[in-house]
Amino acid sequence: MNSNQQRIVITGIGLAAPGADNLKDFREQLLTGTSAIKEIDLRYFGPAAAGICTFDETRYRKKKENKRGTRAGCLGVYCAHEAMADAALDIGYYDRSRIGVYVGLTEHGTVETENEIFNISQYNYDVNYWTHHHNPRTVLNNPPGEITMSLGITGPHYAIGAACAAGNASLIQGVQMLRLGEVDMALAGGISESTGSFGIFASFKAQGALGEAEDPRMACRPFDMARNGIVVSEGGAIYVMERLEKALERGARIYGEIAGYCINSDARDFVLPYGKRQAECMQQALHRAGLQPADIDIINTHATGTRQGDIEECKAIRQVFGEAPSTYINNTKSIIGHAMGAAGVLELAGNLPSFEDNKVHPTINISNLDPECALPNMVINKPVQIPSVSTILNNSFGMVGVNSVIIVKKYKK
Amino acid sequence: MTRNNIKDLILEIIKDIDEDADFATLQSELPLRDQLDLDSMDFLDIVMELRKRHKLQIPEEDYPQLASLDSCVNYLEPMLKNV
Repeated sequence: MNSNQQRIVITGIGLAAPGADNLKDFREQLLTGTSAIKEIDLRYFGPAAAGICTFDETRYRKKKENKRGTRAGCLGVYCAHEAMADAALDIGYYDRSRIGVYVGLTEHGTVETENEIFNISQYNYDVNYWTHHHNPRTVLNNPPGEITMSLGITGPHYAIGAACAAGNASLIQGVQMLRLGEVDMALAGGISESTGSFGIFASFKAQGALGEAEDPRMACRPFDMARNGIVVSEGGAIYVMERLEKALERGARIYGEIAGYCINSDARDFVLPYGKRQAECMQQALHRAGLQPADIDIINTHATGTRQGDIEECKAIRQVFGEAPSTYINNTKSIIGHAMGAAGVLELAGNLPSFEDNKVHPTINISNLDPECALPNMVINKPVQIPSVSTILNNSFGMVGVNSVIIVKKYKK
Repeated sequence: MTRNNIKDLILEIIKDIDEDADFATLQSELPLRDQLDLDSMDFLDIVMELRKRHKLQIPEEDYPQLASLDSCVNYLEPMLKNV
C-alpha cells in the first residue's frame, strides 16, 4: 500500500486543561461553557487573566522529579501516561524503540530562564549562583524527553516548534512518521507552560493584544465586539496514534481517523495573520482529505480574541465555506484561554466526542457579535445538537506566519 | 556550627531536594548515594545550596568529600566553625 494511503487513527487521549484533567470532564466543561479562567499574580507584571491546570502532579512521578524537571515536562508526563491508560495500552505492547514522541511547543525555556535570572538577582547577579539544571531544563526537547524518561521509551523524541500551530504540527509529524514506517506508535500532542512567564504576558500587553476583563472568566471573548486580546493558558494534550490495522488488531477504541492536513506559511508578517493563506491551508487540507467544504460538520476555529486575527479567520472561512448550511463553527479558547503549543490538540480533543454525542460545544462570552465575524451556524453560548457529526476541521495558526489545519473523520470501516 | 548542626544542615538540604527522602535507616559512614535516591545532579544541588546559604565555594576536586554524612561533616567543620 502507498504509505500516504495508510490510515492513521487516534486511540488514546491524555490531557490537562484549565478546568479539567481528563477528556470526560473536559467535554462536560465545554458543553456547559464553563470558563476556568482566573486571575493570577505574575512576578513584575502583577495580576492577569490566565488559565491554570489542576491535576495530580505526582500520579506518575515523584515530587523530586517534578522539581528537577520543568512544568512542561510535568504536564507532558501526566498527559502521556493518561493517554496510554486511555488507549488501554501497556508500555510493553509495542517495541519501545518503535514508539515516537512528538511534542508541539510554542516556546520553551522562557519560564526557566526568567526564573534563573530572578534567582541570580538575589545574589547580585553573580553567575556562580546560576543553576546547573538550566540547560537540561531549557533544551527544546525537554518536554518530550521527560516523557521518554518517565515511560522508558527509546524511540525518537523531539519537539516541534510552530508557534501556536505547534500542537497540530506535532500530530501531523506523528501521522507522517507512522506512514513512513519509522515508528509503530506515536505519542503526539502539544504542551504549554507559558503562564509561568511574565515576559509572554508583558509582550502581548505591549502589543495591545492581552485579553482583560473585570471578571477574568470574560477576558477571552473571540468574535465579540468588546474582545481585547489573548488570555494565556497552560495545558497539555497527548494523543496515542496508531496505524488502523494495528489498532483493530488489538481491539482499540478509535476516537477518529486523520483525514487530511496542511501546514503553510504566510511569508508576510511577524505577527499579523493572513486570511488568504489560512484559506489556502484549509483548501489544501480538504483536498488531501478528498472532501468538499460542505462535508465538514464542525470547524473548530483558532480565533484568540484579537481584533484582526478573528476577522481574518472568519474571512478565510467565508471564502472557503461560503454559506455551507450544515457546517457548524465554534471556538474553544473562549472557555479555556489560549493554551499556545497545546491549543490545537486540546481544542481538537474537546471536540472529538462530537462523533459520539453529535453535539457542538459553544463559543462563550459573545454578547455582541462583531458583524465582521458573523458566520452561519456559529454556535454561541449554548451547545447545539445536530443530526450527526462525522468530520471536524481544526484550525491552528501561529506567529511569524504559520498556519495548520487538521481534518479528523469519524472512524468507519 | 557544631558537627550536629552541620549534619542537620546537610539533611535539610537533601530534604529540600527530595522531600520523600527517608533518613530513618541512614548510616552516616556509608555513601549517601547508596542509601538515598541521589545522583550527581543532586550533589551539585548540595554544593549550590552550601554556596547560597554559607557562601562556601567547594572546588570540584573536593566533591568526593561530600560522599557520606560523616565525610561531609569532617570536610565542612573547619569551614563552618565560625558560623
